[in-house]
Amino acid sequence: MIEVNRQGEVWIYAEQEAGKLSDVPLELLSKGRELADQLQVPLGAVLLGRNVSDLASQLILHGADKVYLAEDAVLGHYQTASYTKVICDLITQQKPQICLFGATPMGRDLAPTVASCMRCGLTADCTDLEIGEHTEPATKERLSNLLLQIRPAFGGNIIATIVNPHRWPQMATVREGVMRMSTPVPGRSGVTIRCSVNLTGMPLPVEVLESHRRPKKVNLKGARIIVAGGAGVGSRENFRPLWDLANILGGAVGGSRAAVDLGYVDHDHQIGQTGTTVRPALYIACGLSGAIQHRAGMQEAAKILAINNDKDAPIFGIAHYGIVGDLTEVVPRMIKAIRSGASITKAAEAAAKA
Amino acid sequence: MGYNCVVCVKQVPDTKRITGQAMKEDGTVNRAALPAVFNPEDLNALEAALRVRDVHGGTVTVITMGLPAACEVLREALFRGADAAALVTDRRAAASDTLATSYILACAAKKLHPDLIFCGRQAIDGDTAQVGPQLAEKIGFTLVTYLEELTLNGRTATARRNVGNGYEVVKARLPALFTVIETANHPRPNALKKAMKCKKARAPVEVAKAVEADLPSATAEAKAEEGKRRCAALAAKGLLITQWNLDDLQADLAWCGGAGSPTKVHRIQSIVLAGGDYKEFPPTEAGVTQLLGELIEDHTIG
Repeated sequence: MIEVNRQGEVWIYAEQEAGKLSDVPLELLSKGRELADQLQVPLGAVLLGRNVSDLASQLILHGADKVYLAEDAVLGHYQTASYTKVICDLITQQKPQICLFGATPMGRDLAPTVASCMRCGLTADCTDLEIGEHTEPATKERLSNLLLQIRPAFGGNIIATIVNPHRWPQMATVREGVMRMSTPVPGRSGVTIRCSVNLTGMPLPVEVLESHRRPKKVNLKGARIIVAGGAGVGSRENFRPLWDLANILGGAVGGSRAAVDLGYVDHDHQIGQTGTTVRPALYIACGLSGAIQHRAGMQEAAKILAINNDKDAPIFGIAHYGIVGDLTEVVPRMIKAIRSGASITKAAEAAAKA
Repeated sequence: MGYNCVVCVKQVPDTKRITGQAMKEDGTVNRAALPAVFNPEDLNALEAALRVRDVHGGTVTVITMGLPAACEVLREALFRGADAAALVTDRRAAASDTLATSYILACAAKKLHPDLIFCGRQAIDGDTAQVGPQLAEKIGFTLVTYLEELTLNGRTATARRNVGNGYEVVKARLPALFTVIETANHPRPNALKKAMKCKKARAPVEVAKAVEADLPSATAEAKAEEGKRRCAALAAKGLLITQWNLDDLQADLAWCGGAGSPTKVHRIQSIVLAGGDYKEFPPTEAGVTQLLGELIEDHTIG
């Protein structure tokens, strides 16, 4: 652990794979930027790998003031032991006050190990982060400018806010897709600091023999419109109209865990606590009861349309528009109405006048 | 030559079965209405360890930290084939966060001198997935997360890890800790014979409670004596669940419980759904058309 350091920087871990940044570090940069501005400290990005220096300028354009770059042949493949050592050395030297990681498979392997090594706190899978005040219940000690780490717990039935008052850095992993991605600012400047990597003589206990990655076939996170189905859709065949509706709207198809488990739609399409988190402009929920685990992954959608034959389904509790009815009739009617076009234009004009 | 395997398990409220009755009117969780279950991925961890023993021999010991009621999951592990079980229970361990929990589990696991430790990837009450990696760090074992397949050859493990968008095959040096995911295997059911025998397995804290119920008016000494006698009888049959407190583990109390936990709860909010606040359209052609018209008008679609 390090002592409380109010001048400490805000850091994000810039996860990369095969020399490419995923969306996660860009999401972390937007939230990190907010936190750093509020605390009036620099925002740092920590970048580890082999031949990854090109990524530093990207991180700066996306909001980093400093990039801590550690390059070494040994860091070519992610390994818990080597990455932990490099990051812990950096934390000990630079004493950042906040360190954020993506709650990705890599982040959830690395961050707990770093926190254990540093003997500091770590909050998993945060869906929001704020700077705020905290009063210690026992001592009534009032602490300002702490990182409030907000996350669902208990299967998503409660929202817990966690703080780490004394044993710093304040560390959290952040759920993928929840924070907005930062947009690059052309010409933005920052510094890249090359860090020495001291791994000589350190035996690496793991050797990567094979690595097979496939890009996700479905881009749910980037979709403006998502048509999602739940167990209520009833079968893989019944999902067909959902695909048609998504295609005609230029959207993507999603499914609840139940729909995926029942084989109605493939795993890449899963939305919710154990799937992808999305925030589209329109989310059309068909035959979806709206279990809390599913809502956790979609309730940030700007508009939610629920179609369900059960008027008491919890999904209506977060919907902006609702149709109580049989989706096998409603969805084809929607497709037909969109294809015909004219009547909708009239309805739109009527809505504009209303 | 067999492997000495330790499996860390947790008793958790069944958060996947949260229904109407499990939520109180004010939106808080009615814990009493939730059954306590064996954390699902810990069953996969147990299965992975049992398979190691099936192939190579050795032992499988399950450990849990929790209230005496957590003996239920230890017994269930014995029914499924574990050789021994240990309960870590101590009031001073209450309010431990993942860092303190992994420290205490490391103290307990060290006593068992394992070659391999298996944990479920995450527990369904907290979903943090932090205790496995932190336990590996505390005890100095090689960490392999998201295990799907495992083969062992001497002091080397070859493991297939699911990394979300694909998989990796890694070679890891023992001693090692694996976090196991639900797709790794199908946990075997209870073995009938084992279940018949091990349903009588008890930890000393449970024995003491039974003595209290059986001999409510006996003196403290007599109760202690009876407890000792019953424990010895259980031990003779191999049915005494090992029980440790933090002193038994020689744990540094500064790293345990609330004092040893850097994270503090600032606030808990229950999720209350504001229902019925949506604009309803009839499921007719006219209704659908009107709805789509609205969505086009506010530029959501089109």
